[in-house]
Amino acid sequence: MNSDAAAVYTLLAEYGALIDCAKFDEWLCLFAEECRYQIVPRENFDRGLPAALVFCDSRAMLEDRVRALREANKYNIHTDRHVIGLPRIFKDRLAVEAPFAVYQTDQEGETRLFATGVYHDRFELAGEHLKIRDKLILLDTFAVPSLLATPL
Amino acid sequence: MITAAAWPTLDYSRVPYRLYHDTEIYTREQERIFHGPVWSFLGLDAEIPEPGDFRATWLGETPVIFNRDKSGAVRAFVNRCAHRGALVRRELAGNAEQHICIYHQWCYGLDGGLMAIPFRRGIRGKGGLDASFDMSSHGLRPLRVGSINGALFGTLAEDAEPLEHYLGAAILLQLRRLFDRPVRVLGYNRQRVRGNWKLYAENTRDNYHASLLHEFLVTFGLDRSTQVGGVKMDARHRHNITWAEADSDTDEFARQTYSGARVRNDFLSLKEPALVAFHQERDDKLNLVVTSVFPSAVFVQISNSLAVRQIRPRGVDEVEIFQTMLGYQDDPPEMTLHRLRQANLVGPAGLVSMEDGEAIEIAHRASRPEVDGTTVIELGGAGVISDRDYRVTDVPLRGFWSYYAELLGIEPKGAVR
Repeated sequence: MNSDAAAVYTLLAEYGALIDCAKFDEWLCLFAEECRYQIVPRENFDRGLPAALVFCDSRAMLEDRVRALREANKYNIHTDRHVIGLPRIFKDRLAVEAPFAVYQTDQEGETRLFATGVYHDRFELAGEHLKIRDKLILLDTFAVPSLLATPL
Repeated sequence: MITAAAWPTLDYSRVPYRLYHDTEIYTREQERIFHGPVWSFLGLDAEIPEPGDFRATWLGETPVIFNRDKSGAVRAFVNRCAHRGALVRRELAGNAEQHICIYHQWCYGLDGGLMAIPFRRGIRGKGGLDASFDMSSHGLRPLRVGSINGALFGTLAEDAEPLEHYLGAAILLQLRRLFDRPVRVLGYNRQRVRGNWKLYAENTRDNYHASLLHEFLVTFGLDRSTQVGGVKMDARHRHNITWAEADSDTDEFARQTYSGARVRNDFLSLKEPALVAFHQERDDKLNLVVTSVFPSAVFVQISNSLAVRQIRPRGVDEVEIFQTMLGYQDDPPEMTLHRLRQANLVGPAGLVSMEDGEAIEIAHRASRPEVDGTTVIELGGAGVISDRDYRVTDVPLRGFWSYYAELLGIEPKGAVR
């Protein structure tokens, strides 16, 4: 493994793990100051339709999402488990495509596949580290089971 | 079999849990409601602009296609081959000259008529269909189609009243307001909720829950029950408009009012206030209009986010909420961006809607073992069903049940309407 690829693997691994243990402030730190985050149903993407399930075109909007999740929203009590597949790395590691699956487990231990799809990520270099500048989550499971509260 | 005796009260203030869980009742709903004298929302003119454009949709659990024929007229029919009952059109959308069933290549025109059958007269004079087989009586089953400014409705019932009469003046006014300019589809979203479809139909008529369940509304100052608003129904009370006006209360009054509810009332502010900013688009101040059309359509304006929701039953225990997000064709780019941002408010991940999925699932789960129990619907009083100019009410749910009972043939004698 060369060190460039290792930086990508590390970022993706952190990304999934921080959501799964609900450390959303640390998760926000993986994003660049100017960033975009969106979850797009595949049926819209394939037809060139712009509407997303979650559309944050600034860091401020992403922070508002996290705050709303904490302060206002109610949702199914569950834990998430991200399984992020091997990424395809393009353009000197600043563009990445990685397949993912997210399983949800409820309080009684029942697990179901919640979502699968592909991350289309653009990174930027911030000193030593890579930060997420643009994350487009292309959602195959666009018939969303129950509801979508915690980030994918 | 369920009868009128199932209702403990004549004003529908008590609804038996059985109605959400009984598979026999569910089967009867498909026949008496979705195939009955109602008009169901199919889709939009804007989705099929060209001749040959088609889209698949559902009438209850019945698959339907609607398309534009060569003359430019919209036609709709049941998407089921007359031969073996297979789905004729498998794609959700596209453009085609005909609809051909893959199973035996039976071919239907854009008017639903049966056009061609392979080997109709057999091979070398042997096999095939008898000469007496009548092609004209084996087309796809047609729906009557109606349009309100490009919002398309369909019905399978020949005795359904005219669409405009079915909707009534108040609903028509709201639909014409929403569709006062050509719309543009911004996209779709879908949510599969493990609960009976009627729990969602009730939810969209329930003004009482909004600011209590969806705390974001109050916490971030988007909508609260202290605003001027209310509920308005058609004469039969089967449809409902939940409405509210922007800037019609004060923070001070809202803070006092919500101090008694277990809802955060210190009114946080967002880092990106555009998410809740309302740009008035018409000469009214309405910033919330939720128009529920019996049985399964909901037309929604929340601030500047616009949508149509279709309630798609998927068995007695599951419902899909299929939502079409809208803008207008003449929206400037910054308005489109604003609507895309405000799309965060609605849908399965919506900041003011995600809770509905959870509320319906917990209501469905907990009521299942208690089929003889009932819900309580008394906010805004029991008894007469009528419009209200206040927001802490769930009266329109009783209107829904009244028409439901009529269609299912279980309306008690002397019941309110």
